[in-house]
Amino acid sequence: MKLHVTDHDGAQHELAALPGWRVMEIVRDWDLPIKAECGGACACATCHVYVGTGWFDRLPETTEEEHDQLELLADRRTNSRLACQVLMSDELDGLKITLAPGSRR
Amino acid sequence: MPPIATATPTRTDAIIIGAGPCGLFAVFELGLLGLAAHVIDILDRPGGQCTELYPEKPIYDIPAWPVISGQELTDRLMQQIAPFSPTFHFGEMAASLEKSAEGFWRIATDAGSVIEAPVVVIAAGGGSFMPKKPPLANVEAYEGEGVCYAVRKIEAFRGRRIVIAGGGDSALDWTLNLQPVAERVTLVHHRDGFRAAPHSVARMKELVADGAIDFVIGKLNALVGDAPRLNGVSVMTAAGEKMLPAERLLAFFGLTMKLGPIAEFGLNFSENLIPVDTRKFETSAPGIFAIGDINDYPGKLKLILSGFHEAALMSQAAFAICRPGERLRFQYTTSSTQLHQRLKVA
Repeated sequence: MKLHVTDHDGAQHELAALPGWRVMEIVRDWDLPIKAECGGACACATCHVYVGTGWFDRLPETTEEEHDQLELLADRRTNSRLACQVLMSDELDGLKITLAPGSRR
Repeated sequence: MPPIATATPTRTDAIIIGAGPCGLFAVFELGLLGLAAHVIDILDRPGGQCTELYPEKPIYDIPAWPVISGQELTDRLMQQIAPFSPTFHFGEMAASLEKSAEGFWRIATDAGSVIEAPVVVIAAGGGSFMPKKPPLANVEAYEGEGVCYAVRKIEAFRGRRIVIAGGGDSALDWTLNLQPVAERVTLVHHRDGFRAAPHSVARMKELVADGAIDFVIGKLNALVGDAPRLNGVSVMTAAGEKMLPAERLLAFFGLTMKLGPIAEFGLNFSENLIPVDTRKFETSAPGIFAIGDINDYPGKLKLILSGFHEAALMSQAAFAICRPGERLRFQYTTSSTQLHQRLKVA
Protein backbone atom coordinates (compact mmCIF):
# COMPACT_ATOMS: atom_id res chain seq x y z
CA MET A 1 0.00 0.00 0.00
CA LYS A 2 1.44 3.36 -1.05
CA LEU A 3 1.01 6.97 0.00
CA HIS A 4 2.38 9.64 -2.34
CA VAL A 5 3.49 12.80 -0.54
CA THR A 6 4.74 16.08 -1.94
CA ASP A 7 6.62 17.83 0.86
CA HIS A 8 6.86 21.57 1.67
CA ASP A 9 9.78 21.98 -0.72
CA GLY A 10 8.03 20.23 -3.59
CA ALA A 11 10.00 16.97 -3.32
CA GLN A 12 7.98 13.83 -3.92
CA HIS A 13 8.01 10.77 -1.71
CA GLU A 14 6.43 7.36 -2.16
CA LEU A 15 5.79 6.00 1.33
CA ALA A 16 4.87 2.44 2.27
CA ALA A 17 1.60 2.69 4.17
CA LEU A 18 -0.43 0.34 6.32
CA PRO A 19 -4.20 0.05 6.47
CA GLY A 20 -5.74 1.54 9.60
CA TRP A 21 -2.89 4.01 10.06
CA ARG A 22 -3.65 7.69 10.04
CA VAL A 23 -2.09 9.47 7.07
CA MET A 24 -0.41 11.83 9.55
CA GLU A 25 1.16 8.88 11.36
CA ILE A 26 2.57 7.49 8.13
CA VAL A 27 4.07 10.85 7.14
CA ARG A 28 5.58 11.24 10.62
CA ASP A 29 6.81 7.64 10.66
CA TRP A 30 8.83 8.31 7.51
CA ASP A 31 10.37 11.41 9.12
CA LEU A 32 8.87 14.00 6.81
CA PRO A 33 8.72 17.32 8.71
CA ILE A 34 5.01 17.41 9.59
CA LYS A 35 4.26 19.32 12.77
CA ALA A 36 1.17 17.43 14.04
CA GLU A 37 1.61 18.99 17.45
CA CYS A 38 -1.49 17.57 19.12
CA GLY A 39 -0.59 14.04 18.09
CA GLY A 40 -3.80 13.23 16.26
CA ALA A 41 -6.45 14.67 18.58
CA CYS A 42 -7.97 16.92 15.87
CA ALA A 43 -7.12 19.86 18.09
CA CYS A 44 -4.43 21.87 16.31
CA ALA A 45 -4.69 21.72 12.47
CA THR A 46 -0.90 21.42 12.13
CA CYS A 47 -1.14 18.29 9.96
CA HIS A 48 -2.96 20.20 7.21
CA VAL A 49 -2.60 18.67 3.74
CA TYR A 50 -3.98 19.23 0.25
CA VAL A 51 -5.52 16.13 -1.29
CA GLY A 52 -4.52 15.22 -4.85
CA THR A 53 -6.86 15.53 -7.81
CA GLY A 54 -9.44 12.78 -7.95
CA TRP A 55 -8.90 11.64 -4.37
CA PHE A 56 -10.82 14.16 -2.28
CA ASP A 57 -14.28 12.65 -2.82
CA ARG A 58 -12.99 9.18 -2.02
CA LEU A 59 -11.93 10.14 1.51
CA PRO A 60 -14.12 9.59 4.56
CA GLU A 61 -16.46 12.48 5.42
CA THR A 62 -15.10 15.50 7.27
CA THR A 63 -16.44 15.62 10.84
CA GLU A 64 -17.69 18.89 12.36
CA GLU A 65 -14.68 18.76 14.66
CA GLU A 66 -12.28 18.66 11.71
CA HIS A 67 -14.33 21.25 9.85
CA ASP A 68 -13.99 23.68 12.80
CA GLN A 69 -10.20 23.31 12.66
CA LEU A 70 -10.02 23.72 8.87
CA GLU A 71 -12.08 26.92 9.10
CA LEU A 72 -9.25 28.66 10.96
CA LEU A 73 -6.55 27.99 8.38
CA ALA A 74 -5.27 30.88 6.33
CA ASP A 75 -4.03 28.55 3.61
CA ARG A 76 -7.17 26.44 3.36
CA ARG A 77 -8.26 25.28 -0.09
CA THR A 78 -11.25 23.28 -1.28
CA ASN A 79 -9.14 20.11 -1.10
CA SER A 80 -7.85 20.69 2.44
CA ARG A 81 -7.95 17.93 5.05
CA LEU A 82 -6.23 17.15 8.32
CA ALA A 83 -3.97 14.15 7.80
CA CYS A 84 -4.73 12.85 11.30
CA GLN A 85 -8.39 12.40 10.39
CA VAL A 86 -7.82 10.21 7.33
CA LEU A 87 -7.22 6.52 7.94
CA MET A 88 -5.52 4.49 5.23
CA SER A 89 -7.59 1.69 3.71
CA ASP A 90 -7.41 -0.52 0.62
CA GLU A 91 -9.56 2.02 -1.26
CA LEU A 92 -6.97 4.73 -0.56
CA ASP A 93 -3.96 2.77 -1.85
CA GLY A 94 -2.01 5.27 -3.96
CA LEU A 95 -3.47 8.37 -2.25
CA LYS A 96 -1.72 11.60 -3.21
CA ILE A 97 -1.31 14.48 -0.76
CA THR A 98 0.73 17.67 -0.49
CA LEU A 99 1.88 18.99 2.88
CA ALA A 100 0.42 22.48 3.40
CA PRO A 101 2.84 25.31 4.36
CA GLY A 102 1.47 25.63 7.91
CA SER A 103 2.19 22.01 8.71
CA ARG A 104 5.97 22.37 8.47
CA ARG A 105 7.78 21.31 11.62
CA MET B 1 9.18 43.93 29.88
CA PRO B 2 8.43 42.66 33.38
CA PRO B 3 9.42 44.95 36.26
CA ILE B 4 12.48 42.91 37.19
CA ALA B 5 14.17 45.60 39.24
CA THR B 6 11.21 46.46 41.44
CA ALA B 7 9.97 43.02 42.53
CA THR B 8 11.53 41.24 45.50
CA PRO B 9 12.59 37.78 44.35
CA THR B 10 11.02 34.73 45.97
CA ARG B 11 13.48 31.97 46.83
CA THR B 12 12.77 28.29 46.33
CA ASP B 13 14.64 25.08 45.52
CA ALA B 14 13.38 24.52 41.99
CA ILE B 15 11.49 26.54 39.41
CA ILE B 16 9.52 24.35 37.06
CA ILE B 17 8.43 25.85 33.74
CA GLY B 18 5.34 24.02 32.56
CA ALA B 19 2.47 22.46 34.53
CA GLY B 20 1.86 19.55 32.17
CA PRO B 21 2.11 15.99 33.45
CA CYS B 22 5.92 15.99 33.53
CA GLY B 23 6.17 19.32 35.34
CA LEU B 24 3.58 18.18 37.87
CA PHE B 25 5.31 14.86 38.47
CA ALA B 26 8.61 16.72 38.92
CA VAL B 27 6.98 18.45 41.90
CA PHE B 28 6.39 14.98 43.35
CA GLU B 29 9.88 13.61 42.79
CA LEU B 30 11.53 16.79 44.07
CA GLY B 31 9.13 16.82 47.02
CA LEU B 32 10.06 13.29 48.05
CA LEU B 33 13.63 14.53 48.37
CA GLY B 34 12.49 17.48 50.47
CA LEU B 35 12.83 20.06 47.71
CA ALA B 36 10.22 22.80 47.26
CA ALA B 37 9.06 23.99 43.87
CA HIS B 38 7.37 26.87 42.10
CA VAL B 39 5.55 26.01 38.89
CA ILE B 40 4.95 28.54 36.11
CA ASP B 41 2.48 27.98 33.28
CA ILE B 42 1.04 30.33 30.69
CA LEU B 43 -2.31 28.54 30.89
CA ASP B 44 -4.72 29.33 33.71
CA ARG B 45 -4.90 25.72 34.92
CA PRO B 46 -2.70 22.64 35.17
CA GLY B 47 -2.40 19.86 32.60
CA GLY B 48 -0.71 21.49 29.61
CA GLN B 49 -1.48 19.69 26.35
CA CYS B 50 -3.43 17.01 28.24
CA THR B 51 -6.12 19.43 29.33
CA GLU B 52 -5.77 22.02 26.58
CA LEU B 53 -5.74 19.77 23.53
CA TYR B 54 -7.34 16.48 24.51
CA PRO B 55 -9.02 16.60 27.96
CA GLU B 56 -11.61 14.01 26.98
CA LYS B 57 -9.45 11.75 24.83
CA PRO B 58 -8.40 8.43 26.32
CA ILE B 59 -4.74 7.68 27.04
CA TYR B 60 -3.89 3.97 27.17
CA ASP B 61 -0.18 3.89 28.01
CA ILE B 62 0.02 5.21 31.55
CA PRO B 63 1.26 2.38 33.78
CA ALA B 64 -1.49 0.85 35.94
CA TRP B 65 -4.17 2.94 34.18
CA PRO B 66 -5.68 0.80 31.41
CA VAL B 67 -7.39 3.97 30.22
CA ILE B 68 -7.40 7.52 31.57
CA SER B 69 -8.40 10.86 30.07
CA GLY B 70 -6.06 13.83 29.88
CA GLN B 71 -8.19 15.68 32.42
CA GLU B 72 -8.32 12.78 34.86
CA LEU B 73 -4.57 12.20 34.61
CA THR B 74 -4.05 15.85 35.48
CA ASP B 75 -6.53 15.71 38.37
CA ARG B 76 -4.78 12.63 39.79
CA LEU B 77 -1.36 14.25 39.52
CA MET B 78 -2.63 17.36 41.31
CA GLN B 79 -3.96 15.11 44.06
CA GLN B 80 -0.65 13.22 44.23
CA ILE B 81 1.49 16.36 44.56
CA ALA B 82 -0.84 18.18 46.98
CA PRO B 83 1.19 17.14 50.07
CA PHE B 84 4.16 19.12 48.72
CA SER B 85 2.16 22.37 48.41
CA PRO B 86 3.86 23.72 45.30
CA THR B 87 3.39 27.39 44.48
CA PHE B 88 1.65 27.76 41.14
CA HIS B 89 1.98 30.75 38.85
CA PHE B 90 -0.85 30.12 36.42
CA GLY B 91 -1.51 32.50 33.57
CA GLU B 92 2.11 33.63 33.66
CA MET B 93 4.81 33.19 31.06
CA ALA B 94 8.45 32.69 32.03
CA ALA B 95 9.85 35.73 30.27
CA SER B 96 13.52 35.86 31.17
CA LEU B 97 16.28 33.83 32.75
CA GLU B 98 19.42 35.24 34.28
CA LYS B 99 22.00 34.46 36.92
CA SER B 100 21.76 36.47 40.13
CA ALA B 101 24.82 37.98 41.81
CA GLU B 102 24.64 35.20 44.39
CA GLY B 103 24.68 32.50 41.74
CA PHE B 104 20.98 31.60 41.70
CA TRP B 105 18.95 31.26 38.57
CA ARG B 106 16.42 34.07 38.43
CA ILE B 107 13.26 33.84 36.37
CA ALA B 108 10.91 36.75 35.80
CA THR B 109 7.42 36.22 34.45
CA ASP B 110 5.39 38.52 32.24
CA ALA B 111 3.11 39.11 35.23
CA GLY B 112 5.97 40.53 37.31
CA SER B 113 6.78 37.51 39.50
CA VAL B 114 10.49 37.10 40.16
CA ILE B 115 11.69 33.75 41.49
CA GLU B 116 15.18 32.58 42.33
CA ALA B 117 16.39 29.01 42.75
CA PRO B 118 19.52 26.93 42.29
CA VAL B 119 17.58 24.63 39.96
CA VAL B 120 15.36 25.30 36.95
CA VAL B 121 13.37 22.50 35.33
CA ILE B 122 12.12 23.17 31.83
CA ALA B 123 9.07 20.97 31.28
CA ALA B 124 7.56 23.15 28.59
CA GLY B 125 6.46 20.43 26.15
CA GLY B 126 5.95 21.98 22.73
CA GLY B 127 6.38 25.48 24.11
CA SER B 128 3.95 28.15 25.28
CA PHE B 129 0.34 28.01 24.26
CA MET B 130 -0.43 31.18 22.33
CA PRO B 131 -3.72 32.25 20.77
CA LYS B 132 -4.24 31.35 17.14
CA LYS B 133 -4.65 34.47 15.07
CA PRO B 134 -7.49 34.90 12.62
CA PRO B 135 -6.25 34.56 9.06
CA LEU B 136 -6.75 38.25 8.21
CA ALA B 137 -4.45 40.71 6.49
CA ASN B 138 -2.76 43.21 8.80
CA VAL B 139 -4.21 41.63 11.95
CA GLU B 140 -1.02 42.28 13.94
CA ALA B 141 -1.35 46.03 13.44
CA TYR B 142 -4.66 46.01 15.31
CA GLU B 143 -3.53 43.86 18.22
CA GLY B 144 -3.64 45.49 21.62
CA GLU B 145 -6.48 47.83 20.74
CA GLY B 146 -8.88 46.73 18.01
CA VAL B 147 -8.11 43.02 18.10
CA CYS B 148 -7.81 40.96 21.29
CA TYR B 149 -7.50 37.26 22.03
CA ALA B 150 -8.47 37.45 25.70
CA VAL B 151 -10.32 39.76 28.04
CA ARG B 152 -7.85 41.15 30.55
CA LYS B 153 -9.86 44.19 31.61
CA ILE B 154 -13.60 44.31 31.07
CA GLU B 155 -13.43 48.12 31.09
CA ALA B 156 -11.70 48.05 27.70
CA PHE B 157 -14.97 46.70 26.29
CA ARG B 158 -17.47 48.89 28.12
CA GLY B 159 -19.74 50.82 25.79
CA ARG B 160 -18.03 49.36 22.71
CA ARG B 161 -19.42 47.50 19.75
CA ILE B 162 -17.78 44.10 19.92
CA VAL B 163 -17.49 41.31 17.40
CA ILE B 164 -16.72 37.97 19.03
CA ALA B 165 -15.52 35.23 16.71
CA GLY B 166 -15.41 31.53 17.51
CA GLY B 167 -17.61 28.61 18.47
CA GLY B 168 -16.13 27.29 21.69
CA ASP B 169 -16.65 27.97 25.37
CA SER B 170 -14.49 31.12 25.42
CA ALA B 171 -16.48 32.72 22.61
CA LEU B 172 -19.81 31.82 24.19
CA ASP B 173 -18.80 32.76 27.74
CA TRP B 174 -17.55 36.21 26.72
CA THR B 175 -20.57 36.79 24.52
CA LEU B 176 -22.72 36.30 27.61
CA ASN B 177 -20.42 38.18 30.00
CA LEU B 178 -19.82 41.22 27.81
CA GLN B 179 -23.40 41.64 26.63
CA PRO B 180 -24.41 43.71 29.70
CA VAL B 181 -21.44 46.11 29.45
CA ALA B 182 -21.02 46.40 25.69
CA GLU B 183 -22.89 48.77 23.38
CA ARG B 184 -23.56 45.75 21.18
CA VAL B 185 -22.17 42.22 20.92
CA THR B 186 -22.18 40.31 17.65
CA LEU B 187 -21.14 36.67 17.69
CA VAL B 188 -19.68 35.35 14.44
CA HIS B 189 -19.22 31.65 13.77
CA HIS B 190 -18.99 29.75 10.51
CA ARG B 191 -21.88 27.43 11.36
CA ASP B 192 -24.93 27.26 13.57
CA GLY B 193 -23.33 24.69 15.84
CA PHE B 194 -21.04 25.16 18.81
CA ARG B 195 -18.48 23.23 20.78
CA ALA B 196 -19.51 24.78 24.07
CA ALA B 197 -21.55 24.10 27.19
CA PRO B 198 -25.18 23.54 26.09
CA HIS B 199 -26.55 25.98 28.68
CA SER B 200 -24.29 28.76 27.32
CA VAL B 201 -25.49 28.07 23.79
CA ALA B 202 -29.11 28.08 24.96
CA ARG B 203 -28.60 31.39 26.81
CA MET B 204 -26.93 32.94 23.77
CA LYS B 205 -29.88 31.91 21.59
CA GLU B 206 -32.29 33.47 24.11
CA LEU B 207 -30.39 36.75 23.93
CA VAL B 208 -30.51 36.64 20.12
CA ALA B 209 -34.27 35.98 20.24
CA ASP B 210 -34.68 38.91 22.65
CA GLY B 211 -32.73 41.17 20.31
CA ALA B 212 -30.02 41.78 22.95
CA ILE B 213 -27.20 40.46 20.77
CA ASP B 214 -26.64 39.49 17.15
CA PHE B 215 -25.45 36.18 15.74
CA VAL B 216 -24.00 36.04 12.24
CA ILE B 217 -23.12 32.82 10.44
CA GLY B 218 -20.08 33.63 8.39
CA LYS B 219 -16.35 33.87 8.18
CA LEU B 220 -14.14 36.83 9.10
CA ASN B 221 -13.10 38.50 5.89
CA ALA B 222 -11.25 41.74 6.65
CA LEU B 223 -10.56 44.38 9.28
CA VAL B 224 -11.51 47.96 8.54
CA GLY B 225 -10.10 50.91 10.39
CA ASP B 226 -7.04 52.99 11.05
CA ALA B 227 -4.84 50.44 12.83
CA PRO B 228 -4.68 49.92 15.72
CA ARG B 229 -8.10 51.63 15.81
CA LEU B 230 -10.83 49.36 14.51
CA ASN B 231 -14.00 50.65 12.88
CA GLY B 232 -15.52 47.48 11.55
CA VAL B 233 -15.21 43.84 10.69
CA SER B 234 -16.14 42.52 7.27
CA VAL B 235 -17.70 39.07 7.37
CA MET B 236 -18.38 36.76 4.45
CA THR B 237 -21.82 35.18 4.76
CA ALA B 238 -23.89 32.96 2.50
CA ALA B 239 -25.64 36.14 1.31
CA GLY B 240 -22.38 37.92 0.55
CA GLU B 241 -20.15 40.36 2.38
CA LYS B 242 -21.57 41.98 5.52
CA MET B 243 -19.96 44.91 7.34
CA LEU B 244 -20.24 44.88 11.12
CA PRO B 245 -19.36 48.22 12.74
CA ALA B 246 -17.14 47.45 15.72
CA GLU B 247 -14.38 48.95 17.85
CA ARG B 248 -13.27 45.56 19.17
CA LEU B 249 -12.78 42.11 17.67
CA LEU B 250 -12.33 39.31 20.17
CA ALA B 251 -11.13 36.20 18.36
CA PHE B 252 -11.26 32.83 20.11
CA PHE B 253 -9.75 30.45 17.60
CA GLY B 254 -7.98 28.13 20.01
CA LEU B 255 -4.34 27.92 20.93
CA THR B 256 -1.16 26.88 19.22
CA MET B 257 2.25 26.11 20.68
CA LYS B 258 5.20 28.44 20.17
CA LEU B 259 8.58 28.05 21.81
CA GLY B 260 8.36 31.61 23.11
CA PRO B 261 10.89 33.35 25.36
CA ILE B 262 12.70 30.16 26.45
CA ALA B 263 14.30 30.21 23.02
CA GLU B 264 16.12 33.35 24.26
CA PHE B 265 17.30 31.85 27.55
CA GLY B 266 20.76 31.16 26.16
CA LEU B 267 20.33 27.38 26.15
CA ASN B 268 21.40 25.08 23.34
CA PHE B 269 18.56 24.14 21.08
CA SER B 270 18.50 21.62 18.29
CA GLU B 271 15.42 21.80 16.05
CA ASN B 272 13.42 23.42 18.87
CA LEU B 273 14.42 20.71 21.34
CA ILE B 274 16.89 20.96 24.21
CA PRO B 275 19.62 18.32 24.18
CA VAL B 276 20.21 16.72 27.60
CA ASP B 277 22.27 13.90 29.05
CA THR B 278 20.43 10.76 30.08
CA ARG B 279 21.75 10.52 33.62
CA LYS B 280 20.61 13.89 34.97
CA PHE B 281 18.59 15.32 32.08
CA GLU B 282 20.62 18.47 32.50
CA THR B 283 21.04 21.02 29.71
CA SER B 284 24.26 22.70 28.65
CA ALA B 285 23.74 25.13 31.57
CA PRO B 286 24.54 23.64 35.01
CA GLY B 287 21.46 23.53 37.23
CA ILE B 288 19.04 23.84 34.33
CA PHE B 289 17.27 20.62 33.46
CA ALA B 290 14.85 19.75 30.67
CA ILE B 291 12.31 16.94 30.90
CA GLY B 292 9.39 15.71 28.83
CA ASP B 293 8.61 16.53 25.20
CA ILE B 294 10.97 19.51 25.05
CA ASN B 295 14.18 17.54 25.55
CA ASP B 296 16.09 15.31 23.20
CA TYR B 297 18.63 12.53 23.59
CA PRO B 298 19.47 9.35 21.71
CA GLY B 299 16.47 7.04 21.82
CA LYS B 300 14.07 9.70 23.12
CA LEU B 301 10.41 8.72 23.05
CA LYS B 302 7.88 11.54 23.40
CA LEU B 303 5.73 9.74 25.92
CA ILE B 304 4.34 10.91 29.23
CA LEU B 305 5.91 7.92 30.96
CA SER B 306 9.36 8.87 29.64
CA GLY B 307 8.91 12.30 31.21
CA PHE B 308 8.03 10.73 34.54
CA HIS B 309 11.26 8.72 34.51
CA GLU B 310 13.22 11.81 33.52
CA ALA B 311 11.67 13.73 36.43
CA ALA B 312 12.87 11.10 38.90
CA LEU B 313 16.47 11.12 37.69
CA MET B 314 16.53 14.89 37.34
CA SER B 315 15.46 15.22 40.98
CA GLN B 316 18.45 13.19 42.18
CA ALA B 317 20.78 15.61 40.42
CA ALA B 318 18.77 18.61 41.63
CA PHE B 319 19.21 17.45 45.22
CA ALA B 320 22.99 17.51 44.87
CA ILE B 321 22.80 21.12 43.68
CA CYS B 322 20.24 22.32 46.25
CA ARG B 323 21.73 20.49 49.25
CA PRO B 324 25.48 20.44 48.60
CA GLY B 325 27.36 18.16 50.98
CA GLU B 326 24.22 16.37 52.15
CA ARG B 327 23.97 12.66 51.54
CA LEU B 328 21.06 11.55 49.40
CA ARG B 329 19.53 8.40 50.83
CA PHE B 330 17.55 6.19 48.51
CA GLN B 331 14.23 5.33 50.13
CA TYR B 332 11.01 3.59 49.16
CA THR B 333 7.62 5.24 49.69
CA THR B 334 6.28 1.90 50.93
CA SER B 335 8.49 1.83 54.01
CA SER B 336 10.31 5.09 54.74
CA THR B 337 9.03 7.06 57.73
CA GLN B 338 10.63 10.21 56.39
CA LEU B 339 8.85 9.85 53.05
CA HIS B 340 5.59 9.12 54.86
CA GLN B 341 6.01 12.39 56.74
CA ARG B 342 6.70 14.29 53.53
CA LEU B 343 3.68 12.63 51.93
CA LYS B 344 1.67 13.60 55.04
CA VAL B 345 0.49 10.03 55.56
CA ALA B 346 2.39 9.49 58.81
